[in-house]
Amino acid sequence: MIVKRNELTWFERLYLPALIGGLKVTTRHFLNTLTTKTPVTQQYPEEPTRVLPGYRGAPYLVRDQDGATKCVSCQLCEFVCPPKAIRITPPGPTGKPADRTNAEKMPEEFEINMLRCIFCGLCQEVCPEEAIFLKSDFSLTGLARNEMIYDKEKLLALGGTHSGIQKWKQKLEEAKEQEIFPVKV
Amino acid sequence: MAWLDSLSPQTQFVFFTLLKIACVLGPLLTLVAYAVLAERKVSALIQDRVGPNRVNLPLIGSIPVLGPFLTKLGFWHPLVDGVKSFIKEDFTPAHVRKIYFWLAPAISLVPAFLVVAVIPFGSTLGAQKMVIADLNVGILYTFGIVSLGVYGIVLAGYAANSKFPFLGGIRASAQMISYEIAMGMSVIPVFLVVGDLNLGKIIEHQAQNGWNAFPVFGGGFGLQQWLLVPCGVVSFVIFFISALAETNRLPFDMAESESELVSGYHTEYSSMKFGMFFIGEYANMFAGAAMMTTLFLGGWTLPFLGLDQPADSILMGLVHIGIFMGKMLGFMFIFMWLRWMLPRFRYDQLMDLGWRRMIPLALANIILTAAVLALTNR
Repeated sequence: MIVKRNELTWFERLYLPALIGGLKVTTRHFLNTLTTKTPVTQQYPEEPTRVLPGYRGAPYLVRDQDGATKCVSCQLCEFVCPPKAIRITPPGPTGKPADRTNAEKMPEEFEINMLRCIFCGLCQEVCPEEAIFLKSDFSLTGLARNEMIYDKEKLLALGGTHSGIQKWKQKLEEAKEQEIFPVKV
Repeated sequence: MAWLDSLSPQTQFVFFTLLKIACVLGPLLTLVAYAVLAERKVSALIQDRVGPNRVNLPLIGSIPVLGPFLTKLGFWHPLVDGVKSFIKEDFTPAHVRKIYFWLAPAISLVPAFLVVAVIPFGSTLGAQKMVIADLNVGILYTFGIVSLGVYGIVLAGYAANSKFPFLGGIRASAQMISYEIAMGMSVIPVFLVVGDLNLGKIIEHQAQNGWNAFPVFGGGFGLQQWLLVPCGVVSFVIFFISALAETNRLPFDMAESESELVSGYHTEYSSMKFGMFFIGEYANMFAGAAMMTTLFLGGWTLPFLGLDQPADSILMGLVHIGIFMGKMLGFMFIFMWLRWMLPRFRYDQLMDLGWRRMIPLALANIILTAAVLALTNR
């Protein structure tokens, strides 16, 4: 598409119309902010920030409706994690068994280094057990680097219980919505 | 005050001069610090924001209404900014040219303060004239000193020994030298009208014959005044634009232009060395505002309520100083306002405006003024 550019008139080339227009805009904003006192600024630490649904904050582990660990230590998130922030220690053949039914094992230790984490959400995406979620926390602070490595207990405590999200339930509903369930032969 | 009278006139002169220097430099530095705060607040209001409102002092902050109000105003920010500048690590990169690197901030700071010496910031206070140095050639001195200001920036750009500061320095030198010509030419009509280079005399003339920027304001409505209006307006506008360019303010801040050159000539500077460039910039703005007030807006005079006569009491002297400050701060506000309104000029547009518009216009204005004066003088 060819945009037709009009030649500037003699008056416009004096910069004056643009100057006066700019003065008008800035004066209006200046006086409005001065008198009506409605600046757009959010006073962050005093006013809580609104986080929209779907926001990708810090990844935490969640418990199921019975309070058991959902993670089965498959290490998919560890492998997919781009900045290698996740480190999982599997229980091994002699480790503690999973604290819920229908699971073979649970991680002995699950660490996320929040200094490395880039909040990309690939761990949540890849998790077959829906055990890790990006929550709405975004301002994580600590006084030392090792404080920023969150271990399993901390992650589970921060993640809370997700009784609403049960294994495969959502995927089932998605499949039903798409009318390909049950699979027609 | 008997001991004062017992001193010889020379000693008295030295004493009062030193006193005046202290009384000008102290408030000027405070004003510079608060100009930075004002800039931030003005920009915040123009952009629908709040601006700095965090710093709270332990004792004063606990006074019921005043403490929170001052905090909301950001009143203590200049203080903590200054402290921060001083206690920050003063880092000297390994690749810089050390001597010039240390010299440049000082050189950019000093001329701005030297200019203030010849500005009459009030009529009289007691028996003392409110000007530090009542030079006969005040304006020539000013231009001499102002042109030194470019060395600080050029040296900073050269000393940094890296590309962006160097480009910033080159641009700044070209810009400042170009606009100095336009600036000098825009003042010549003022001298033609006034017939004196002493800034005090220029104010005196304006009190009787109207402000140089708009001669019918405060000087009667004679034919000469009416004919001089266009000359005055044009030379005032050219001087104003050149002052913006000389102080490296937007829309002419080619020396910094952070979108292209990181932050131009002071990229490599940190802590108080950067602080000195910052103070220098704002002190330069004050010097420019004071020059414009003196040359074009009648200095400490106002053309009504008898405020255009030298003060006969201490109170009137203070009122005159207040008038001068008011005009100067008005100019400072306009500087800040323009900064948040106009986008930066491209380098070639800047040079085009300087050499092909302003200088011919200023030359034409000189001829026009001379013609008007030749035709209307008795």
